[in-house]
Amino acid sequence: MSKDTRTDSTTTSAGATPAGAIPTGPVQPVTWAASYEEEPSQASVPPQPGGMTALKPFGWAKDNLFNTPLNTALTVACLAVLWYAVPPMANWLLLNAVWTGGSEICREAAGACWSIIAVKHRLIFFGTYPYDEQWRPFLACGLFVALLGASGVRAFWRPWLAGVWALVLVAMGVLMWGGVFGLTYVANDKWGGLPITLMLSVFSIAIAFPLSILLALGRQSSLPAIRTFCVGFIETMRGVPLVSVLFMASVMFPLFLPEGVTVDKLLRALAGMTLFTAAYLAEAVRGGLQAIPKGQYEAADALGLSYWQKTRLIVLPQALRIVIPPIVNQFISAFKDTSLVTIVGLYDLLTAATVATTDPEWRPFFAEVYIFAGLMFWIFCFSMSRYSQWLERLANRYNRR
Amino acid sequence: MTENAIIELRKVGKWYNSYHALRDVSLKIGKGEKVVVCGPSGSGKSTMIRCINRLEAHQTGHIIVDGTELTDDVKSVETIRRKVGMVFQNFNLFPHLTVLQNLTLAPIWVRGMAKSEIEEIAMMYLRRVRIPDQAQKFPGQLSGGQQQRVAIARALCMKPEIMLFDEPTSALDPEMVKEVLDVMTELAGEGMTMVCVTHEMGFARQVADSVVFMAEGSIIESGTPAEFFENPKSERTRQFLGQILEH
Ligand SMILES: Nc1ncnc2c1ncn2[C@@H]1O[C@H](COP(=O)(O)OP(=O)(O)OP(=O)(O)O)[C@@H](O)[C@H]1O
Ligand SMILES: [Mg+2]
Repeated sequence: MSKDTRTDSTTTSAGATPAGAIPTGPVQPVTWAASYEEEPSQASVPPQPGGMTALKPFGWAKDNLFNTPLNTALTVACLAVLWYAVPPMANWLLLNAVWTGGSEICREAAGACWSIIAVKHRLIFFGTYPYDEQWRPFLACGLFVALLGASGVRAFWRPWLAGVWALVLVAMGVLMWGGVFGLTYVANDKWGGLPITLMLSVFSIAIAFPLSILLALGRQSSLPAIRTFCVGFIETMRGVPLVSVLFMASVMFPLFLPEGVTVDKLLRALAGMTLFTAAYLAEAVRGGLQAIPKGQYEAADALGLSYWQKTRLIVLPQALRIVIPPIVNQFISAFKDTSLVTIVGLYDLLTAATVATTDPEWRPFFAEVYIFAGLMFWIFCFSMSRYSQWLERLANRYNRR
Repeated sequence: MTENAIIELRKVGKWYNSYHALRDVSLKIGKGEKVVVCGPSGSGKSTMIRCINRLEAHQTGHIIVDGTELTDDVKSVETIRRKVGMVFQNFNLFPHLTVLQNLTLAPIWVRGMAKSEIEEIAMMYLRRVRIPDQAQKFPGQLSGGQQQRVAIARALCMKPEIMLFDEPTSALDPEMVKEVLDVMTELAGEGMTMVCVTHEMGFARQVADSVVFMAEGSIIESGTPAEFFENPKSERTRQFLGQILEH
């Protein structure tokens, strides 16, 4: 990708030489040479070294890294930074790192202390879930991630996938809560770590996405009441930090409920995340809706399609394809934002990691824990990003001629 | 014109905000009649035919299509849109669907037809517009002329009684105009009621039963092609014909 861009810019600078001069070159070298001699005096832009790249085989590096004084300086600067940064980093991360052994060995060593991960990974992944029962959240997460992955595969986009989801969700509920089939009951204020992060993000995104489509459609509605409500909701949510939305959901929301009725803390945080994400997604979806030409609506109307048929069959399939990148961007953002639920007392992955660093014995090695937690987040976010690129290509097949 | 009209406009008035786009337009079109509408740019030709299937709403007067008057009532709009097919200047095919899906979508969802049944009918129409081999392609992969023929076939799949054409050949390269006009001529020969905004005067001469000339939101004159071209009544028409027949 970046290589293409660079090639393009080289071509552009080559274009500074008059277009007529280049094709004649190989055929009539004399003519070309003559015109080249003349050109520099006529051109207002001084001839650039890049202009000659097509003719002299100096190789890729010469063309792309050292083609202008500025580029040469940047290349040298980058090499210097790499020279100074990479070796110490590699030493700390890998060569001098401690992979096994107690905290005493770590204190002696000059490198990273990865043995803290070996010691604390159960706490980081599963928080305060009863230690002996942690195979249950492990299995639940495994099922969940496997099904998420499978749901991305085109061959599985069949009606039965919904049935599999229903089954897996029930299985996850049974595993996490227990209380049946001889599993001990584990209340959900004991849950923590990866299951919380995964469930909060996936469920909030899964509910927020359809909601955002309704909000975006409502924002364009011809009915003033619906339009006003949607605009009001979106603008309120967008104008407030997620932290305050989470506080509102967990502290203020219960005040409005009749006495005796309680809504679970996890559920309240989920509601807050969902509404917040929906507002942002709605704006991304609206961008797609606006890109659909008026003629598409008119053709659908003329064929007699109803509003919902038109929306579902004509408008959304086109609009959503256009906005795959911003939508996935919001998904990624929402995934990382789950780490904010710590402020309402939930143990997501990052909170559990923080707790793992408070052990006095291992206190000096907090950086390793955060790097590890960061890596976990990165794996999920990067997967989403790659998946969206594939999805984009799939969705835009019809654009090829 | 004909006594029992399938389309009747009675003193139709239409405003875009304060702009008066249609002024007391009255027109009767009989079943099976072919009407060509022409006139200078901005004269309200598109507005008029778009009022017939309610892509635009008129504000005064009456529009009656096959016995149903167009009102704010959704039912009347639904009824009329089922009877009226439309072809646009820019084709407006659905780019995310294949040609065949473009044709079958509305019959399946609006008419509730079985997929296998309508696919057969759709292929029949594609053969008639002479592009059956393009059924599985996407619209973006076709030439303009082919796209417009798909658009005509798409409208025909709804079995309309009336076809509206809004400058169907204006967006086409000259060499593709004929293939579209041929399809339209063939359709006219089959007795379809057609209202066609076009500047293709050859087509008007050959196919139209009457030609309607509009300017500034009103119908200035109408008559058979022979009367209209040989013996225009108003100065405004003569001027227009002079301009358009020059080239
Ligand atoms: N949606 C709209 N809002 C405001 N004014 C409009 C709108 N659509 C059309 N008009 C105006 O109404 C007038 C008639 O437009 P119309 O499209 O019917 O003209 P036309 O005869 O089809 O012209 P053309 O040959 O250029 O297609 C024009 O002056 C146009 O500017
Ligand atoms: Mg027009």
